[in-house]
Amino acid sequence: MSTITMEVTRYRPGEDSEPTVQSYEVPLRKEWAVLDGLNHIKDHLDGTLSYRWSCRMGICGSCGMTVNGRPVLSCASFLVDYAPGPVRVEPLRNFPVIRDLVVDISDFMEKLPRVKPWLIADPPEEGEFLQTPEEMDEYKKYSMCINCMLCYSACPVYALEPEFLGPAAIALGQRYNLDSRDHGAEDRRDVLASAEGAWACTFVGECSTACPKGVDPAGAIQRYKLTAAVAAMKDFLMPRGARR
Amino acid sequence: MTAYRQHIPLFWWLRQWSYLVFVLRELSSVFVAWFVVYLLMLVSAIGDGTYADFQAWSGHGWVLVLNVVALAFLLLHAVTWFALAPRAMVVPHVPPWVVLVAHYLAWIVLSAGVAWVVLLR
Ligand code: SF4
Ligand code: FES
Repeated sequence: MSTITMEVTRYRPGEDSEPTVQSYEVPLRKEWAVLDGLNHIKDHLDGTLSYRWSCRMGICGSCGMTVNGRPVLSCASFLVDYAPGPVRVEPLRNFPVIRDLVVDISDFMEKLPRVKPWLIADPPEEGEFLQTPEEMDEYKKYSMCINCMLCYSACPVYALEPEFLGPAAIALGQRYNLDSRDHGAEDRRDVLASAEGAWACTFVGECSTACPKGVDPAGAIQRYKLTAAVAAMKDFLMPRGARR
Repeated sequence: MTAYRQHIPLFWWLRQWSYLVFVLRELSSVFVAWFVVYLLMLVSAIGDGTYADFQAWSGHGWVLVLNVVALAFLLLHAVTWFALAPRAMVVPHVPPWVVLVAHYLAWIVLSAGVAWVVLLR
């Protein structure tokens, strides 16, 4: 059976001062994703290798890694597509590495609640909220985010300015802003329209290229810039009472 | 916790074409500023009646080269900025390409207007 070489970044906190690379030969099977290669290493070659995964089907968002220089879900990237190899597997860029391929995303976890990613609405008088399919289409793609962090890893603005709120957080703010049931756009504005929010983005577009769920965070951010600019103009031109 | 902070390599912007374009676009703002200065100089030369001197100065080799480079950066700036427009302006029932074409049409009309003023008046 043919094999492929996987060059995996290793980092053992407290032991290594910086990451090293370790090579492993794994079977090259057409149905094997990069994650299956890593599982083979863990089960048969080296039990000390650490990485995150759960669903193996592009749902949980925990298996993001840098494979041959690109941020991808390792469960959705197939070894045969990297043949004859070697396949270079590194942790996601732009995040601190806890161990081997495991990164620390607490920065995002701290930023996410700032955009208030929940419905801000009074419950309906009776029954339930109603929404037409067209109204749902307005925000649906933004709701597909699985918090996989590939977009943060792809974003050079986030790399250079870590205060940047980042693609997924802004897209998730928009997910609620564009929801017909929500009335929280004004509450989210201070954060989304700040210098660290949408305005920090210079439309590199790599977040949307990297996103495995078609969320298009770059589009969400550009769209929000226009919304924010219009809102700011209204504030400027209209007397207080007449706004909205 | 002794997490390892990944550093950004000096030439990170050569890793990908899109990163290079990003850096060039950031740089283009310098040339946008230059064109603003150049335009103000032109207006003040017309005001002072020293337009002929300004024209002679603009004909110097280095000014020409600077302006050609600045033009290239401004085109990059404009084209990438327009590419963003259909994503920013989501108009109901209007396909994104129409928004894009409308921008280019507006550009052509305005440029023709400016050319008419500069060349024919
Ligand atoms: S926007 Fe896309 S790439 Fe970013 S975290 Fe969500 S699913 Fe992942
Ligand atoms: S393991 Fe869940 S997304 Fe890859």
